[in-house]
Parts: sequence; structure tokens; C-alpha cells
Amino acid sequence: MLTRETTLNIALAATLLAVPLLALAMDEIFIITLATKVAILALAGVGLNIALGIGGLVSLGHAAFFGIGGYAMGILAAHAQNYEPIMEVPFLIEGTNQMPIIWLIAIVASALAALVIGALSLRTSGVYFIMITLAFGQMLYYFAISWSAYGGEDGQSIWVRNEFPGLNTLDPIQFFLIAYVILCLVLVFSARLARSPFGLALAAARQTEERVMTVGLTPFHLRLVAFVISGAITGLAGALYADLNRFVSPTMLSWHTSGEIMVFVIIGGVGRLFGPLVGAAVFILLEHILGGFSEYWQIFLGLLLLLMVLFARGGLIGAIVGREVAHD
Amino acid sequence: MTDAHPVLKVEGISKSFGALKASDNVSLDLRPGEIHALIGPNGAGKSTLIKQISGSLRPDSGRIEVLGRDVTDLDTVARARLGLGRTFQISSLAMEFTVLQNVVLGALGARGRAFSFFRNVMKDKALLESAYRALERVGLQGEAQRRTADLSHGQRRQLEVAVALTLQPKLFLMDEPMAGLGASGSKALTGFLDQLRHEAPILLVEHDMDAVFALADRITVLVYGAVIATGTADEIRANAEVRRAYLGEEDAA
Ligand SMILES: Nc1ncnc2c1ncn2[C@@H]1O[C@H](COP(=O)(O)OP(=O)(O)OP(=O)(O)O)[C@@H](O)[C@H]1O
Ligand SMILES: [Mg+2]
Repeated sequence: MLTRETTLNIALAATLLAVPLLALAMDEIFIITLATKVAILALAGVGLNIALGIGGLVSLGHAAFFGIGGYAMGILAAHAQNYEPIMEVPFLIEGTNQMPIIWLIAIVASALAALVIGALSLRTSGVYFIMITLAFGQMLYYFAISWSAYGGEDGQSIWVRNEFPGLNTLDPIQFFLIAYVILCLVLVFSARLARSPFGLALAAARQTEERVMTVGLTPFHLRLVAFVISGAITGLAGALYADLNRFVSPTMLSWHTSGEIMVFVIIGGVGRLFGPLVGAAVFILLEHILGGFSEYWQIFLGLLLLLMVLFARGGLIGAIVGREVAHD
Repeated sequence: MTDAHPVLKVEGISKSFGALKASDNVSLDLRPGEIHALIGPNGAGKSTLIKQISGSLRPDSGRIEVLGRDVTDLDTVARARLGLGRTFQISSLAMEFTVLQNVVLGALGARGRAFSFFRNVMKDKALLESAYRALERVGLQGEAQRRTADLSHGQRRQLEVAVALTLQPKLFLMDEPMAGLGASGSKALTGFLDQLRHEAPILLVEHDMDAVFALADRITVLVYGAVIATGTADEIRANAEVRRAYLGEEDAA
């Protein structure tokens, strides 16, 4: 028997697939691009949600991972398009325009960054943790601005989208499907993680650190692993996002980006599996609809956020299906 | 039995909070098979001592030995793994979890491997078996699927004990497990602890004097952080200083 939340989740996943397919039939290419953006930003949020939702780690530095994923794409693709190796000594490393390789490198690089940032910041908690993750993100942001080899402040463009074996990635619907399938796979992973022994221990550490230590488990280790997984997923989203735009710039690393990812998660529902998807969809819709009327559209986003924080702690998902029922 | 090697040995523990001496050169031990009760008025420093033994608070000076090993410099996690099972005075359960999830967490801790990412923890037979057994032993099996936040205070106490049971510890540290249980509840728990001492000895902090005198092989009385007496129930009852400092107060109340 399906819970109400699972039913809603299936409907949401079906909607995200149906909209671009309908758009394709109606030749509305722009809508396909918007749906792709929703899928990718949702993926970034699913990453954050593992740290924030299950682990209670309020990271304002997830732009670092999103941006590292973006730059992994930008750097590899730029070298591939210019036929210049990234380095020749001590051994040859060349660029690539193959998405699977780019994703792998984006995942590894952002996981390593999360390991370092997590190891240093998870010794603190509360506001200090927020500030330290923010500081690490900003550090990378300013580094990217000054990194002239890859466009500095102006960012790095690539001419053609990277390739995926057997697909035409320049066809919007095919690229959408790539992002959609990855999102679905990561959602399945995330759902399993939440119910796993690790997920239980991590959720316990969020609620009562002392209890977790008393049963002989180390909260720091649990959180660090969660932070690394979380960062790796957000990094993968960053690589896809840069590929969608065929462009990466320091903006992807700025704290605004961290804030936006967090806003999706909060609006959709912290710790709710499909919260990031709902949040990202609302964000993109508001930006698209209200952005046409007023450049201050984010005020409405702010209002929505405020409403969620004050009245609906489970976000929109919680408002629709109610409190999470403890799993079997 | 009395000359057996102690499972826990506390030697000259002192701890101050500013000018307040919460532990004042406290020494005590816990022997195999015994219940050692720690009593004293409110604010005497009982919980502070338990915290130092469990590792969540560092003593200013003194030494703690568990199973012959010096654990003074070990953290809570390491001491738990050595076999300390603690219940809290102020419940530290995961309130959003179901009752069952809380005990499964204990069983998971006992297994010592939490880095498993794909299997459903609530379908793990070995963990569930250990969890249900612990719930049955404290009489909470009927509440397994309830949210912990919805339990009464007494039930939370029982759940605290159940989580400690899943750890299969070498000794128990119990901080007021009877509080909020009501007459029949404390009676049931008293009977249970009486049996439990044969699995692992218990250092028991308790205000319920009926339970203390029924259970304790030995009693240590703490007043203003210092031990004023240690002895059998009869010795403590007969001790003039204890009557004046503590039991007398109760009679007057
Ligand atoms: N972290 C702390 N900082 C400052 N003072 C503390 C701290 N913890 C405890 N105290 C003080 O130390 C004294 C001993 O407290 P403790 O909780 O150990 O008493 P207790 O014997 O457990 O009392 P009760 O029977 O009420 O549980 C009290 O005066 C308390 O206010
Ligand atoms: Mg106390």
C-alpha cells in the first residue's frame, strides 16, 4: 500500500516527465529547457537535503560543490575544445567532452572538497557551522574570480554541449531525459539511504547527539560521510547545470547559489524526498512568471519562504500530505 | 562475591563548576552481580558523577577504571563500546522516531557498523530481534510503532532502559529509571532490575527509597558532592550522619 506521500511523489515525477514531452509535441522548446533546469536544480537540492534534512547540517556552502562540479565540466570541456592538454608533466591529462567522464570527475572533486570542508567545519555546530561553510564557499568564489585561465569573473563558455554515447545531447528533450534519469536514480538512492542503518543513525544524531554516542556511534563520522555524499550529488548537479548553459562562472560558487538551493529545499520540505523537486519547480515557475512583471519577483519568493518557515515546517510537501509517518 | 574484581572503580573524582564542588573526591566501586545505589538530596552531584563515568563530562582530577582498564581519557563512544550502558535522567531519546526505531538504533550501535547505505534498517532481522526482545523485557512491546514523543514520562524511562539493554553492556549506569513510573510501574521495574543484576551490575541513582532498600546490595550516600557513607542497606539506615543529612529530611517531609 502506498502512503499519501509516495503517491504524491509518483505524481510529481510523472508531471516532471510529462511537461517537457507535451512541450515537445507543441514545439515549445523553451519549456523543455525550463524543465531541464528544474530537474538539475532539484538534483542539487536532493544533495543538500541529505546533509540538511536527514543530518540537520545547515550548510550555506553547497555552492562550493555545485560550482566545483560546474568548473569540472568547464575545465575539461574547454581543454577538449581547444585540443590543449590540462597538463603534460609529470603525466599527460587531457580534457574530455564525454559526459560520463565529466560527471565522474565532478563527483570525485566535489566529494574531496566536501571531505576537507566537512572535516574542518563539522567540529563546530549551529551558527558557527553555517558561517564556516559560508566562508569556504566564498573562498572558492573569490578564487574562481581571480582564476584567469578559466575566464576569471567572466566565466568559461564552451561551444557545444558535451557528448553522451548514443544520444544527441544538443536535442533539448534528449538532454532533459539525461537529467531526468539521473535525478530519478539519485532520488531512489536517497530514499534508500534515508531508510538504511546509516540514515537511521544520522537522523538520530540530528535529534540527540548524546544518545548516538551512548550507543557507541560517533556523530562526527556519520555527519562527515553524509556531507561528502551530499556534496558529491550537488557537484554532479553542478556539472549538468554548466552543461545545460554551456557556461560556468563564479556565480555558481557564490553564496546566493547556496541560499537558493537551501530555499528550494525549505519551500519543498526539509527532509522530504521530493521537497527539492517541488521547491525547484516553484522557484523556476515564480522566476519565469513573476520575473516578467517585476524584477523584484524574489520578494514573492521571500514571502513564500517566510510562510513555509512560520506555518508549514514540512514545506509544501508537508502542507499537502501532512506530517511524515515514521517508516515501517 | 564481595572480593571479586570490581567492574567499575572510581578513584578520587573531583569536579567543580566555578565555586560549586559537584564532585568532591568521590570514590566508589561496582562489583559483579551487585546493585550499588547512589543516593543523596537534589543537587548532591549524582548525575554529575554518572556523566563523568559515562564520559560526557571530564573530571578535574581522579581516575575511572572499567573492567580493569583506565578509561579516564576515553570519550563516551569508546566507553560505550567497552560495555557501559547508560540511561539518562533527562530522556535523550530520538523524539521523532518510533519506539522501535529507538531500540533498533541501540542494536545498531551494539553491532558497531552503521555505514551501510542500501538495506532497510527496519527490515534487518537481527536488529529487529534484539530490539523486540529489549522492548518485551521492559513491557513496551505493545508501543513499538508509537512515536516516542507521544509516550508518557514513565514509558520514556522504560524505553531508556530498553535501549541500554540492546547494548548488552558489561555494566549499567541508571539515572533515576523509576521517576514518573507510578507505583505499579516501579514495582515491575524493581523486579526486573533485581534479575538484571545477574547479567550485569548496576550503578543505580534513585530517589525511590523503597526501590533502593529493596534492591541495593550497597548504598553510597552523596551530599554536596562528597561521599558521606557507603555500606549495606542496614548500615546506611543505621548511620546517624546519613539520617541527619538525608533520610531525616525525608521523614520530616
Ligand atoms: N553543567 C553545569 N554547570 C554548572 N553547574 C552544574 C552543571 N551541572 C550540574 N551543576 C550543578 O551541580 C550540582 C549537582 O548537580 P547534579 O545534577 O549532579 O545533581 P543530582 O544529585 O543529580 O540532583 P537531582 O537529584 O536533582 O537529579 C547542582 O548544584 C547543579 O546545579
Ligand atoms: Mg540527577
